Amino acid sequence: MNGPQDLGGMMGFGPIAPEPNEPVFHADWERRAFGVVLAMGGLGAWSIDQSRFARESMPPAEYLSSTYYEIWLAGLERLMRERGMLEGEPKKLKKLTKDEVASRLARGSPCDRATNKQARFKPGDRVRARNIHPEGHTRLPRYVRGHVGEIARVHGCHVFPDSNAKGRGEDPQWLYAVSFSAHELWGHDTADSVTLDLWEPYLEPPA
Amino acid sequence: MAHDGHDHDHHHGSELSPIALRVKALESLLIEKGYVDPAAMDALIETYETKIGPRNGARVVAKAWTDPAYRKWLFEDATAAIASLGYTGRQGEHMVALENTPDTHNMVVCTLCSCYPWPVLGLPPVWYKSPPYRSRAVIDPRGVLKEFGVELPATTQVKVWDSTAEIRYLVIPMRPAETRDWSEEKLAEIVTRDSMIGTGLVQVPA
Repeated sequence: MNGPQDLGGMMGFGPIAPEPNEPVFHADWERRAFGVVLAMGGLGAWSIDQSRFARESMPPAEYLSSTYYEIWLAGLERLMRERGMLEGEPKKLKKLTKDEVASRLARGSPCDRATNKQARFKPGDRVRARNIHPEGHTRLPRYVRGHVGEIARVHGCHVFPDSNAKGRGEDPQWLYAVSFSAHELWGHDTADSVTLDLWEPYLEPPA
Repeated sequence: MAHDGHDHDHHHGSELSPIALRVKALESLLIEKGYVDPAAMDALIETYETKIGPRNGARVVAKAWTDPAYRKWLFEDATAAIASLGYTGRQGEHMVALENTPDTHNMVVCTLCSCYPWPVLGLPPVWYKSPPYRSRAVIDPRGVLKEFGVELPATTQVKVWDSTAEIRYLVIPMRPAETRDWSEEKLAEIVTRDSMIGTGLVQVPA
């Protein structure tokens, strides 16, 4: 969706302001919010794509005036509300136990998948990012849509977030690193570039 | 626990901010419903607050600087090369290492959220997750770098990597020339978090 999360190329947010010797958490509630979000993710009641979509579904003005853990918290509340988990009888889900934490984190959730499909593009191919505006979750930022770039790497076949976020299955698709020149994206007269990881359905031949 | 000037939630004992109260209520509810094991939650927090951080990535960089076979492996299969040092899993399932050279400077951002290689860098700093960096890194990378005190020659190509999928990027910064005789351990000490994001350069402390 063309939501507030899609920030690339926007202006007016001011300086970066890095904080020297920044602590991991700035308040105890951030620590607890982080722990709650990760522990709830361990139930397996939603995917990472669904949780990203829940966060970016926050009204734009609210998203842009919230801190990152406030956005996480609102996303968690939305996911639970959508599933009727905030009230009534608890759903039968297996909670993450302390003994499982280390091994679950060390394993993570790889999202590459085996496929019989051939990759449509190869390194060096010119491709255009499609000019599409999906209403659901997508990882195709506005600032590359319609622009022509070059396949830099073929990463493999990965879970397709646009489908997975809707609960319509993983629908794995070939994933590519695609490089766009700063001239193509922004009209800048430099050799600089921006590379994004884009799934095959986001791309088409440039002609 | 860090109770520094930033922690505004603990004024005098029980005085909690609205957001702190909201988190506390939610946590209690989730424990009561049997969704969250408090001990698991504490273990998750402790892992990312005390065990996993940029020292991991610094070890990867220092090894890449001193061990040519490891360096080669790292650029061919970063996930496996990094796993060989014990760093795997969540938010680092698919790693790619990017080599900074005099000709090419790599810099990583996530314009859409906060994707960051947790097993090697820990949790991202606030600026990495915030609108100023996420909006500007792709359109004005040299302006961003200047704010971090980094000015690159016009002949150096700046390559920005927007982490839009589950691939996580680790920048391998350039090794300072004056560290030729340094051990891997000593080298690891000067590798900064920002140099592995691409917003900093590694420098020998004066």
